[in-house]
Amino acid sequence: MKTKETANNIMAIFKRELSGYFDSPVAYVFIVIFLLLLGFFTFYISRFFEMGQADLRTFFEWHPWIFLFLVPAVAMKLWAEERRMGTMELILTFPVTVTEVIVGKFLAAWIFIGIALFFTFPMVITVSYLGEPDIGPILCAYIGSFLSAGAFLSVGIMTSSLTRSQVISFIVSVVICLFFILAGYPPVTNVLSGWAPIWLLNLISEMGFLSHLISIERGVLDLRDLLYYFSVIAFMLVVNGIIIQNRRAL
Amino acid sequence: MIEVKNLTKYFGVKKVVDDISFKVNKGEILGFLGPNGAGKSTTMRMITGFFAPSAGTAVIGGSDILEDSISARKKIGYLPENAPVYPDMTVWGYLDFCAQIRGFSGTNRKKRVEETIEKCFLSEVKFQTVNTLSKGFKQRVCFAQSIIHDPEYLILDEPTDGLDPNQKHEVRLMIQRMSMEKAIILSTHILEEMDAVCTRAIIIANGQLVIDDTPSNLRKKSAVHGAVTLSLHNHDPEGFVSCIQEQDWVSSVKILEKNGNDFKARIFPENNDEPVADKVISAMFANNYEVKSISVEQGRLDEVFRTITGTGHPLSAK
Repeated sequence: MKTKETANNIMAIFKRELSGYFDSPVAYVFIVIFLLLLGFFTFYISRFFEMGQADLRTFFEWHPWIFLFLVPAVAMKLWAEERRMGTMELILTFPVTVTEVIVGKFLAAWIFIGIALFFTFPMVITVSYLGEPDIGPILCAYIGSFLSAGAFLSVGIMTSSLTRSQVISFIVSVVICLFFILAGYPPVTNVLSGWAPIWLLNLISEMGFLSHLISIERGVLDLRDLLYYFSVIAFMLVVNGIIIQNRRAL
Repeated sequence: MIEVKNLTKYFGVKKVVDDISFKVNKGEILGFLGPNGAGKSTTMRMITGFFAPSAGTAVIGGSDILEDSISARKKIGYLPENAPVYPDMTVWGYLDFCAQIRGFSGTNRKKRVEETIEKCFLSEVKFQTVNTLSKGFKQRVCFAQSIIHDPEYLILDEPTDGLDPNQKHEVRLMIQRMSMEKAIILSTHILEEMDAVCTRAIIIANGQLVIDDTPSNLRKKSAVHGAVTLSLHNHDPEGFVSCIQEQDWVSSVKILEKNGNDFKARIFPENNDEPVADKVISAMFANNYEVKSISVEQGRLDEVFRTITGTGHPLSAK
């Protein structure tokens, strides 16, 4: 009974949020920009064709960087807009728990990004036509990409709950996500390795998105990497819940 | 029954709502009055569970809004101030969403949505997105949302705000029609509205509950309650005043306006619960005054309101 109610509530929120993207130009602008940027970076910057390799590494390595800017843009409205328009007052006085609302919102945005990711399938068709790529790593890379989008998204939805301004939410979220990317990026770890104690170095590079993403993209679905992404998501969503509850108590 | 128990709210160090308690039974329409910033909306937000109170609680039909929040919220229909609605959704889509949140599914949900659209006169706009609607329609969409699950308890924060007189009338009728089996709290700063629909009135000033009474009792607190206003033709005001002042049931007489030999006067009786119209008429008759019009004052709510909330001086003091 209780779980049925929870499922129903999450479903209602999910449906509203997801159709909310497609009811406004946001969805179409996002998908088009996402695909254009990916195409531009893959073909012009990374010179996909000139590489002469039938794999999608040059394609996937751009994902975190594009997500860095586009995912916070998808997430920024999730709470900030509710707060600005006053609809937050309604949603929080409906017979739903804050957890249900957060999960519904998060899943809607995540699935939306998943849909955008799905539209990159011509890339897979292209490499399959040109050569004989290994499908396993490609599939893994998609999973990794989707998971890292989810992690960025959880940061974005959390910052969105901090403010009624979508711009502030966006900027704060990009900064936090940038930290997560840079934390595992070799240039940063190299700089640190000269003086920082080894445990700190390890901690920071373990915090980074990239080291986890790279191992997934190699085609290794390690439980630890999955656990990493899911714990980042869970942590951010819990923080989000605490922020909303605190706002309520003011 | 809605039971509000010692609700208190601080914003920082400022006490916005100060120990407010009252009860509302089914069949009652409680008018919530007070100047802007008195704490009306904050109190409603605590009753509906949007704000956590600093102290005290509200019990809605036996469910505590703090301890059993979800089941308390299920029983409430709430129309927040400014009637917020998602602008990108159609009226139908929005109400369908609200019905789903309220636990309706399948054909039952469709029926609910259709019925509510019908009831709130939204049929002509049901496939329009909310941001294309006028203020009045938006208000009604949000109102529709609050009654879609036929709640036992309705909490309406300025339900007629921004509506034209016809729409106001419709909404008031709707509220009155529903009042038989519901307990309704509505806030307003329109006094006629409270007078027209409410069976009881609560006045809040500076976060404190200052009056809990019926509108007609409230009127009796007015300085002009029971006074008789007259227009006379072709007479000398001073002579009139001294003549009337002699009567033992008269407390005072005041000339309201003068226009040549025509003037308007108000007679305040000694005891304002006693009807004095006939005495005034016989006094006029005995002294050969030519009366153009006569009326007995019921009392002015706006004056009572101002006196009680202390933000101005009464319009016409004795």
